[in-house]
Amino acid sequence: MFKAKVYVTTKANVLDPQGAAVQQALHTMGYSAVDDVRIGKYMELTFDTTDRAQAEAELEQMCKKLLANPVVEDYRYELED
Amino acid sequence: MKVAVLVFPGSNCDWDCVHAAEQTIEGAVVDRVWHTTDTLEGYDLIMIPGGFSYGDYLRSGAIARFAPVMQAVAKAAAEGVYVLGICNGFQILTEAGLLPGALRRNTGLKFRCHSSQLHVANADTAFTSGYAAGEVIDIPIAHGEGNYYCEDAVLEQLKARNQIVFTYTDNPNGSVADIAGVINEQGNVLGMMPHPERAVNSLLRNEDGIRLFTSIMKAWRERHAIVG
Repeated sequence: MFKAKVYVTTKANVLDPQGAAVQQALHTMGYSAVDDVRIGKYMELTFDTTDRAQAEAELEQMCKKLLANPVVEDYRYELED
Repeated sequence: MKVAVLVFPGSNCDWDCVHAAEQTIEGAVVDRVWHTTDTLEGYDLIMIPGGFSYGDYLRSGAIARFAPVMQAVAKAAAEGVYVLGICNGFQILTEAGLLPGALRRNTGLKFRCHSSQLHVANADTAFTSGYAAGEVIDIPIAHGEGNYYCEDAVLEQLKARNQIVFTYTDNPNGSVADIAGVINEQGNVLGMMPHPERAVNSLLRNEDGIRLFTSIMKAWRERHAIVG
């Protein structure tokens, strides 16, 4: 049994309109030190297998094919026991 | 000419597409095709309508691209069948890799639903031969995620190969280079955010979308040497 934590973020050179709106709201609230806000996605997947290498290989494919869109997003993950 | 209008759970412009094809394409036989279908043999035009698909969870079109019918669309596209993706259909085509780029949240964050003026940037395609190059037409938009993005190198390629078909005269969503619609390199797959199927009837006071459909009919007839 493994648990994967997947983080999908907007690529650095791609504008994040939601992040910009949140940043503006934070400034309105008085948090003037906030320089930049980027909004991403966090996903948790559990694997019912004992084969860690297999799980990791599959996770890599899942990120490439579905969980992230490589045109506009980056991804990284952690696999835990 | 046989036309397939794909239907995903959440599609809501499918009937508009059916009516538009029936009203504008002489002798068209139009079927609504459910997303679980795995063959599209015999169709001359495949339309992927607007609305939503599978709740657009994760990203718009991300899950729809793995529907059985999308394998059939990829196969048909490779064989040269005309494919027209409108709004959510455009998002699905980019997710499926049948068109370059991606569609992101509008820069203003608002869902934009109003008429929009488009430049016909390329009138030399199977979808736009009925328009004049540079002509400005009025086609409505209705989307929250129509902000077209692609890397600079891809944009240069699109320009060099004349793949940008429609651009906004007044960019409503932050799209790079004001892009409203792009075509694939082979020229048989077009994706666009504006809705031509909502602009085909004088009762709705907008007929600017008609020529998009009649252009496809003309291209199909020429391909099959049908005169008239």
